[in-house]
Amino acid sequence: MKFTLSWLKAHLDTTATVDEICEALTDLGLEVEGVENPSEKLKAFTLGYVKHAEKHPDADKLRVCKVDTDEGELQIICGAPNAREGITVVVAKPGVYVPGIDTTIGVGKIRGIDSYGMMASEKELELSEEHDGIIELPSGEVGERFIDWLAKNDPSKVDTTIEIAITPNRPDALGVRGIARDLAARGLGKLKPRDVDPVEATFQSDLTVSIDEDTLDGAPVFMGRLIKGVKNGPSPEWLQDLLRAIGLRPISFLVDVTNYFTYDRNRPLHVFDADKVKGNLRVHRAVGGEQIVALDDKTYTLQTGQMVISDDNGVQSIAGIMGGEATGCTEDTVNVFVESAYWDPIQIAYAGRALKINSDARYRFERGIDPAFTAEGLEHAVRMIVDNAGGEASKVVVAGKVPNVARAYKLDAKRVISLVGMDIPESTQRQTLTALGFRLEGDMAHVPSWRPDVLGEADLVEEVARIASLTKLMGKPLPRVAGVPKPILTTLQSRQQMAKRTVAGLGYNECVTYSFIDREAAAMFGGGDDATMLQNPISADLSHMRPGLLPGLLRAAARNQARGFADMALFEVGHAFQGGEPGEQHVQIAGILIGRTGPKDVHGTSRGVDVFDAKADAEAVLAAIGAPAKVQILRGAEGWWHPGRHGKICLGPKKVMGVFGELHPKILRDMDIKGPAVAFVLYPQEIPEPKNKVTARTALIATDLQAVERDFAFVVDADVEALTLVNAAAGADKALITEVRVFDEFIGGNLGEGKKSLAITVRLQPTDATLKDKDIEAVAASIVAKVTKATGGVLRG
Amino acid sequence: MDDLKAKYLDLIGKADSSSGLEDLRVAALGKKGEISLQMRELGKMSPEERQTAGPALNALKDEINSALVAKKVALDDAALDERLRGEWLDVTLPSRPRGEGSIHPISQVTEEVTAIFADMGFSVAEGPQIESDWYNFDALNIPGHHPARAEMDTFYTHRAEGDNRPPHVLRTHTSPVQIRGLEANGAPIRIICPGRVYRADYDQTHTPMFHQVEGLAIDKDVSMANLKWCLEEFVKSFFEVDAVDLRFRASHFPFTEPSAEVDIRCSWDNGTLKIGEGDDWLEILGSGMVHPKVLQAAGVDPSVYQGFAFGVGIDRIAMLKYGIPDLRAFFDSDLRWLRHYGFRSLDVPTLHGGLSK
Repeated sequence: MKFTLSWLKAHLDTTATVDEICEALTDLGLEVEGVENPSEKLKAFTLGYVKHAEKHPDADKLRVCKVDTDEGELQIICGAPNAREGITVVVAKPGVYVPGIDTTIGVGKIRGIDSYGMMASEKELELSEEHDGIIELPSGEVGERFIDWLAKNDPSKVDTTIEIAITPNRPDALGVRGIARDLAARGLGKLKPRDVDPVEATFQSDLTVSIDEDTLDGAPVFMGRLIKGVKNGPSPEWLQDLLRAIGLRPISFLVDVTNYFTYDRNRPLHVFDADKVKGNLRVHRAVGGEQIVALDDKTYTLQTGQMVISDDNGVQSIAGIMGGEATGCTEDTVNVFVESAYWDPIQIAYAGRALKINSDARYRFERGIDPAFTAEGLEHAVRMIVDNAGGEASKVVVAGKVPNVARAYKLDAKRVISLVGMDIPESTQRQTLTALGFRLEGDMAHVPSWRPDVLGEADLVEEVARIASLTKLMGKPLPRVAGVPKPILTTLQSRQQMAKRTVAGLGYNECVTYSFIDREAAAMFGGGDDATMLQNPISADLSHMRPGLLPGLLRAAARNQARGFADMALFEVGHAFQGGEPGEQHVQIAGILIGRTGPKDVHGTSRGVDVFDAKADAEAVLAAIGAPAKVQILRGAEGWWHPGRHGKICLGPKKVMGVFGELHPKILRDMDIKGPAVAFVLYPQEIPEPKNKVTARTALIATDLQAVERDFAFVVDADVEALTLVNAAAGADKALITEVRVFDEFIGGNLGEGKKSLAITVRLQPTDATLKDKDIEAVAASIVAKVTKATGGVLRG
Repeated sequence: MDDLKAKYLDLIGKADSSSGLEDLRVAALGKKGEISLQMRELGKMSPEERQTAGPALNALKDEINSALVAKKVALDDAALDERLRGEWLDVTLPSRPRGEGSIHPISQVTEEVTAIFADMGFSVAEGPQIESDWYNFDALNIPGHHPARAEMDTFYTHRAEGDNRPPHVLRTHTSPVQIRGLEANGAPIRIICPGRVYRADYDQTHTPMFHQVEGLAIDKDVSMANLKWCLEEFVKSFFEVDAVDLRFRASHFPFTEPSAEVDIRCSWDNGTLKIGEGDDWLEILGSGMVHPKVLQAAGVDPSVYQGFAFGVGIDRIAMLKYGIPDLRAFFDSDLRWLRHYGFRSLDVPTLHGGLSK
């Protein structure tokens, strides 16, 4: 919302400076977004007098002028047709910046003759679009600053413009008067009366209006007056300047009047050219499919139920949103019908959104205008039209009746103090509300008709606090919980934090990737269906909620490879979405390793990453976040893993805590990843909650008896898994065997096709007596037997 | 005996290897060594002779032994010195590479915020990122026609043909967690709700996803003055400054009343932000007293309970605190950015150890 200082002062009697006004506005909740003072950019221009002008010897259209200025006589070459002797002009001397042409004037030679400046047109000074000639002033002294002359003779040209942001709850501040009222309530001046002297009616309008029964809930009242014999044309200069200052284009006087009251009083109006209306006006609901060419020259197709205004020719106006081209006013309009109506905000909001029209009228009606001002607004407009464009006005045509929005809420002064925490005396509270237009009866505050946002006691608190100024609010300590604060993170929350720190410690860089991803990538990882699709994605790359974290990480990896980083370790901890309903989300901890373990190095440690890197990291993270150490490694995870090179880390076949493995080569190809890529994905929610939190550890058993280690090598079928063998060996004597480690795997050689050798070290820890050879032999025999039974393997000779 | 002593001490002194030394030991003190043989003679002597010869021989044996040990140490040291002379390495060679990981600023700052509010008695609540429009809008006093709905650039989820429910939304703020938190726990309550939020907007300063932390404190007498204190303490602690100056500006949010935008006094010096001094004001968050309708929607009696809510952009305060210029880069996973702006894995922010190192 833009307005000028003089416009504000037409409503507010104040001596406050622009700075004071702006500070107060921002503090009141009408945040100042910009202040523009046009005299700033015109400060350097001064008045001059053309003493002599003659044709340029080498150019027919140029004149060589001698101009009196505050720096003496200057020779200026000028191409304007009106450059001639005896006129007072606006001079830009060398060094002056001319805003309209974005140029700083210098001393120049034009067709061989020196020129020491410029005489400016209105367009060059951004005062108007006028560029047919240079400015000729009817008065003024040589050397006088142009802005001083403007301030005296044409103040609207140097009026300060203020732009404020309006929150959706303050439609009243979409009119200059509403802004003035807030400032007056704050104590920055006095609201001036702006009553209207209605134009006397001289006839009964033959143009009438009706509202269909089924439309009254959206269009409760429609008022209008027919004015005959107006002379339309350009608006008076002051009005044009005012509209231009707030960024509107003057069109014609009749249209400009409607725009003026839109901004002056938040009272949108419409003017019909009465001669173009066939029959009478009827407010009704669209059947659906009707078309109208609106004032923006675009054709709109109406939907069933949208409110429109029609005549015998059809729809002539989209109610409360935009008028129609066919019955709009032009410079030739002689008979005008002025509309002042009230439209239901919700219905306008829906219609405006459906038709995608953003007009000043829609903006205001959907936020809510003052219904009680319908008649007065009409009278203001008619008065202005008749005073400036002549004509005779009809009696008021009325359909429906002004809706009753009267309501009152209890002002609980103590509650205000308790909620805000500021000591605002009750008398001040009442005074504030009165200044804002509330009527107080006992402790009931009757809401003014222009404040549709005030719908309860809490809104009264807001008004009082706002005017009292929240800037003055002093902080008061929030009582602390007694004692030492308790931990507040849930198990899942602390697991995520711990996981992040652990994975980063293992050398991975944490990423935060978007929760949405392209359909193709989502589909590769089990998502990409309609349930997780966005209706209005910002781009096709971001169309589906991610089914997991791997696709985003792989896309990130591909981007980094394109930047020249071949090797990397990336991870993310966040939510993935298994469905499109609220709650269909789960936390994942995902890491990827791509390329080599590091750059090639002098120690020769660099090698391609492999499954066991991913497995080690997955195990480290699981250990860090409290997963049980005893797990099963199963196969058969999702299709994006290499079918033979992955494992699910499970607590039973259905309890999958995570997966590690190589990614499927097709995935890497489709996602444009070069080099080996391994990954892990962990599901922290699947890890059982710690049962009962006992801080004490079990007692340490550290015997002095010597432990013994024995090695065994077994020849087994190549598809026998090491873990099966290890578990079998460990089961041979659970009391004695404390550890079984695989230390060698050998495939091929003289073992024969389909065979491999697995070598293990078994650690035996006696607890009551030193092991004797025969004890060790007995255990060894048992180990061999168990392993053979479980795997079919034989001890290697 | 003196001859023997002189001879062996001389030979030991001249020995130049461990093996030569061992030979000498055998020759002198071995089973058939000269000194051992003499000691065997002691048995044949008279007690008087033995009394003088015995201690003398023992002394000789000890002396030769000590000389042998001392020479052995000297020879070993010399050998070690010799070996070490050949064991020179270029220690300016690089060490074995070890990957250095990093924590994303979003995670770091979320932990910082959590540490501060945990100390003030707030716990952490979370909720769905795909939300029903009731939780995201209606329950927060934003009915269907409210202009705020259109202004929020909401992402909607797809609805299958024939599914006539209103589409779900990607939560536009973390405020729905307030409602869920109150529904689950009732009042009094103190929670913060950090997390991802979504708006359909992309330019220099907007990304379609960003992070917010919502705060909610409800009790019988929580006031806006408490809100101001709470935010002052938060800002001081978070930006690690001794004093801050906050300005509350009246504003409007459908879910709070009164509402205030909060500005912080600051200065910009060559693009570096200084909090707590200067003449500029920087808008950092929106806040207010929870609207009675919101409390009602969450099943809390607004005639008994009242309290405040606020919402801060995590990405935004991360940018301000750590001088990170571009929001879009947060989600681009550029390794150079992750390494430059990331945090070390053990830089865990705590109030006792400091938020930043």
